[in-house]
Amino acid sequence: MTDVLAVAEHRRGDLRDVSFEVITAGRELADGAGGDLHLAVIGGDVDGFAERLNREGVDVIHTVDEGEEFNHDVYAQALTQLYDEVDAGYLLTPNSVNGLDYAPAVANGLDLPIVTDVVELDASGDGLVATREMYGSKVETTNELDADRAVVTIRGAEWPPAEESGDAEVSAFDADIDESAVRSTVTGFEEAGGGDVDISDADVLVSVGRGIEEEENLDLVRDLADALDATLSASRPIVDNDWLPKNRQVGQSGKVVTPDVYIAIGISGAVQHVAGMKGSDTIVAINTDPNAPIFDLADYGIVDDLFDVVPALIEEFE
Amino acid sequence: MKVLVTVKEVAEVEDDFEIEGTEIGSQYLNYDLNEWDDYAVEEGVQISENVDDVEVVAVTIGPERSEETIRMALAKGADRAVRVWDEALEDIDLLDVGAKVRLLEAVVEEEDPDLVLSGVQAGDDAFGATGVALADAIGFEWAAVVNHLDLDVDEGVAHVHRELEGGVDEVTDVETPAVLTIQTGINEPRYASLRGIRQAQSKEIAPKDLSDLGLSAEDVESELRLTDMYEPETESDATYFEGSPEEEAGQLADMLREKGVAE
Ligand SMILES: Cc1cc2nc3c(=O)[nH]c(=O)nc-3n(C[C@H](O)[C@H](O)[C@H](O)COP(=O)(O)OP(=O)(O)OC[C@H]3O[C@@H](n4cnc5c(N)ncnc54)[C@H](O)[C@@H]3O)c2cc1C
Repeated sequence: MTDVLAVAEHRRGDLRDVSFEVITAGRELADGAGGDLHLAVIGGDVDGFAERLNREGVDVIHTVDEGEEFNHDVYAQALTQLYDEVDAGYLLTPNSVNGLDYAPAVANGLDLPIVTDVVELDASGDGLVATREMYGSKVETTNELDADRAVVTIRGAEWPPAEESGDAEVSAFDADIDESAVRSTVTGFEEAGGGDVDISDADVLVSVGRGIEEEENLDLVRDLADALDATLSASRPIVDNDWLPKNRQVGQSGKVVTPDVYIAIGISGAVQHVAGMKGSDTIVAINTDPNAPIFDLADYGIVDDLFDVVPALIEEFE
Repeated sequence: MKVLVTVKEVAEVEDDFEIEGTEIGSQYLNYDLNEWDDYAVEEGVQISENVDDVEVVAVTIGPERSEETIRMALAKGADRAVRVWDEALEDIDLLDVGAKVRLLEAVVEEEDPDLVLSGVQAGDDAFGATGVALADAIGFEWAAVVNHLDLDVDEGVAHVHRELEGGVDEVTDVETPAVLTIQTGINEPRYASLRGIRQAQSKEIAPKDLSDLGLSAEDVESELRLTDMYEPETESDATYFEGSPEEEAGQLADMLREKGVAE
């Protein structure tokens, strides 16, 4: 019998969606391992959060009233103590930017193996089988661990959010935070971007990725966007190169877009990109690599060189 | 001051490939410096250009072949490199985070750096956890997913931005010594100049095996075992347009017209 301790996530007063996904994944893991699901929520309005996190499948919610916002030193200390207190086996966290800012430290401190960005979990046998991707989603792997103690981070949007309300016990955990070991201070937040257009408002997006190769070649996709009266957006490398401003970036660290039509040109479909565009109504992908993960999402695909297809497409509309 | 930059040679997979057991056939792999580490190297080199008396040391875990990649880091301005490898590592399919941390921890003990920079993740195994786990192991403070760094050496503070989801940056002060995991976009990695490439040839890449680091094979035993690798079942129900580029474009144009996207 192995208990699971899952961790909710919030930012600037709001619980993030993945907090409800981690409940579903945690319940699944706890069922497999034959244990209880504990949920931790640390910082902010913990009582308010606990109320909303009280969903079916959660046995106990532990509130840790320490600070307003995320601080990894506080999280790491509180979770290490709580893990021992509830005698958990698996520690489950979102594979978010903040998850990756405390989970590896907790794993190291507790001397637990860590497996990150997991898309499937099975703890019904001896130990744990975790499925994850490698090589930019080109392959999937199974990873076995013969122990029932590990830190696991789960990919967002892989498990449905827990929706039904539940009757978990809510318990305040008094973490003993060593302030002298808190050596990082969050001083604020900054909104990136702003700028000329809001790509999340666009009905049609022509989106360009690293396949475009050179900045000069952007004119080609710009012409296509003009011909279609569409808005130009991009994957991250284009923005990292300063070829387009940050407000054009689609993805996890960019914008979430939901246009009627999303045309992905020379974009592989990395998970962080997909996080921003999978809600598009119709997805078209143009890519030379038939195995590019973007085709798993696409409604229409062209496996060919963008430098041949895009000019021909522009011609169609001129 | 010493900046240690962890770098990794990662494999990129060709468009067509085959899986052999739990790995991709080596004929389908091309090796390159991990994208995120390229930015970490650049950040380290920029610090050495802006602060007096800074040595930038690149450390990698990898077989002899990876020296080629490490030379790239040297050509871009790292002063010297340490390459960790051992026979005991050769047969391990998956070096898990714990094993990497034990190796890097031993290097940190020898090098005694003031700052460690690593990439946010490696493009191949994508664990994204080594930097932060290492920080905990060596008792450094840390920050993950850093896309802006302003290092105040005198005050011993790294003012960083951490790039959160949804286009929001968290602004954080981190006490040094620290491990920072570097996100792409933080800077513009330079190309290696011809002169840099020439100079890199004479820079040191010190090989270290387990015994050099005071470790044994047990220390690198991975707790995770890679048991299967396969191409994900395609969930694609895409309609593919086929033919010449003109024909493909024609079919796509028809579809777009039908949807009312264009006339
Ligand atoms: C914490 C974190 C956050 C991130 N946030 C984001 C984000 O918000 N948005 C984002 O996009 N990424 C994000 N990334 C980066 C992401 O992991 C990928 O690196 C990135 O999405 C890859 O962009 P790409 O598809 O344009 O490039 P690649 O993955 O390099 O793909 C290029 C594609 O172009 C194809 N191609 C090449 N030449 C041609 C041609 N002539 N014709 C047609 N096709 C061609 C190739 O087959 C390939 O599939 C993030 C990563 C991390 C770690």
